[in-house]
Amino acid sequence: MTPVKHVSGPAVALALASVDTDQLIPARFMSRPRSQGYGHFLLHDLRRNGDGQLNADWPLNRIEDAKVLVARRNFGSGSSREAAVYALVDAGFGAVIAPSFGDIFQSNCVKNGLVPVRLEDHEVETLIAHLLAEAGAIIDVDLDQQTVRAAGHVFRFSLDPVWREQLMNGWDDVDVTRSFSAQVEAFRARDRARRPWARPA
Amino acid sequence: MANDRVHLKENRFIPLHMPAPRTLFDKVWDDHTIATRPSGDALLWIDRHFVHEGSHHAFRQVAGKGLSVAEPGLTFGVADHYVPTRGRHEPIADPAIAQMVADLSANTSRHGIELFGISDPRQGIVHVVGPEQGLTLPGLTVVCGDSHTSTHGAFGAIGFGIGASEVAHVLMTQTLWQRKPKRLRISIDGKPLPGVGAKDFILAIIAHIGADGARGHAIEYAGSAVRALSMAGRMTMCNMSIEAGARCGMVAPDETTFAYLKDRAFAPKGARWDQALEAWSALSGDAGAEFDREIRLDAAEIAPIVTWGITPEDALPITATLPDPVHAKDPSRAAAIQTALDYMGLTAGMKLSDTPIDRVFIGSCTNARIEDLRAAAGVLAGKTARVPGLVSPGSTAVKVQAEAEGLDRIFIAAGLEWVDAGCSMCVGMNGDLARPGERVASSTNRNFRGRQGPGVRTHLMSPIMVAAAAVSGRLTDVREMLP
Repeated sequence: MTPVKHVSGPAVALALASVDTDQLIPARFMSRPRSQGYGHFLLHDLRRNGDGQLNADWPLNRIEDAKVLVARRNFGSGSSREAAVYALVDAGFGAVIAPSFGDIFQSNCVKNGLVPVRLEDHEVETLIAHLLAEAGAIIDVDLDQQTVRAAGHVFRFSLDPVWREQLMNGWDDVDVTRSFSAQVEAFRARDRARRPWARPA
Repeated sequence: MANDRVHLKENRFIPLHMPAPRTLFDKVWDDHTIATRPSGDALLWIDRHFVHEGSHHAFRQVAGKGLSVAEPGLTFGVADHYVPTRGRHEPIADPAIAQMVADLSANTSRHGIELFGISDPRQGIVHVVGPEQGLTLPGLTVVCGDSHTSTHGAFGAIGFGIGASEVAHVLMTQTLWQRKPKRLRISIDGKPLPGVGAKDFILAIIAHIGADGARGHAIEYAGSAVRALSMAGRMTMCNMSIEAGARCGMVAPDETTFAYLKDRAFAPKGARWDQALEAWSALSGDAGAEFDREIRLDAAEIAPIVTWGITPEDALPITATLPDPVHAKDPSRAAAIQTALDYMGLTAGMKLSDTPIDRVFIGSCTNARIEDLRAAAGVLAGKTARVPGLVSPGSTAVKVQAEAEGLDRIFIAAGLEWVDAGCSMCVGMNGDLARPGERVASSTNRNFRGRQGPGVRTHLMSPIMVAAAAVSGRLTDVREMLP
């Protein structure tokens, strides 16, 4: 995974709460292999009118090179589908800012180098107001300093230290875990003796 | 989302010479911790891993690394998300769906993983099948690439959903890195009113704390009303823990749990059973074990609940009227209410029970167990549904049992369609969808926009409330139909 220290670029606001993973990518697109690219499935139904045409008023349809998405609380709630993160990453996003995230979504973000930034409600509302006035304004997310900078504001955020380390180093979990293989082997042997009932009969 | 019942407790001083009392969650967590990193997260041993058709991304990651599955004997495949619920014995018509089902067979067979495939009598929804087969046991860690894996916590296991990268990690190592969540106890005491059950409890909780109200927490459900629930009811509650934003939900194992598991196919037998019972009996939280947060509800105050909006927190008693954005606590909540009303085609201030419906669905990992089907059939017996609908049992075994009891004939006589087991119209991946604009009374877990088909409006409720809605053609208080 490529290390991420800094995400800076045009931002768009999604002034909605509880944008769930069914909105981020509807289930019907998930049977395709990732190699085909998931970017054009991002928010597929929400950003279209009833006739299937892209809604020109939708911020996401106006800013093509957006890197940062700002949304209201409970972003990415719902299903564990990592495809929701694939869709964001393949569409060019490097960071998502919201007051709260779905638990599994947040973890999926980190596995794919997408930075989930939690800010206070009022800070997010400030950013949304700024972006509604000026779609595509630049937002800067600095993982080292743990700051979000936009339009003269500086907001501090706190990311789980493990996730921050993983993002900034581009570490792959499997490689880290394999460095613990001796402990895993010892645990497995001890556990088989301790809990013989725990294996399927 | 009133916080009047949320009590934050201070950490109490614990003398150093005494082992600190531990909660159920602490005990299972400690039992599975292989190593802890300085930053605080733990490498956990995983006891059961379920894969399904959607796991193809993860198998591709394993192939990409050139690795094999570390513990095929602890991994089980279940065909549920994409399987057709009709015409099981014919080839699958949709080539993309046929490919998903075939890929699961190929991936499980390549890695020596036992598969409950489309024509296996043990097939069904993974969260119904795991417990039914005795694969889910107290004190285990259970994961699956599906958010409703929290269901398995009903047995006193730590069960949670994971994304594709974590599925791949478990396949390759049988372990997972996790940050320890905080502990939240939700106690429900007292005796519920007739017509009120586990689905109403969990919807009431989500409405109370919000869809992200339990974020960062492992929930333990406790109290006399939870204790009195069957395993089916406990599974319904734990299932929707994710809809409250929790990592997982658990119920301490007891005689109800043990009686359910005895003699199940993969459950321990003989001396192993006795060893297991001893270990399981020690899992309940110690006296004085501290929770980071506590919430208490009175069962007698809970009415049958239905959702009216587009997140499970948009839930109200059936006797209520719809909220008005004018009275919302802040502009962003007002906007959320208006967005929900607009999508749902509803008007602020109208009575929920005046809402006509177009279709019903009884199914899903939340509410399609035999107890759910019996209860729904009890309401429908001798009556006719005013709207079309689908009944999909949670597993093939549940289907066989229901047919032996004649429940299928009650559903069919009422005018509903009785089909095979799978995730079906809860998520619609297999093509079981409602039509755009239709309003569905559904026993499922998510009322998200488009979840049951583009433009479809979903109202979540208990299976008996779905049955009542089918009979009257509108959202209905089932208590009017109870004897």
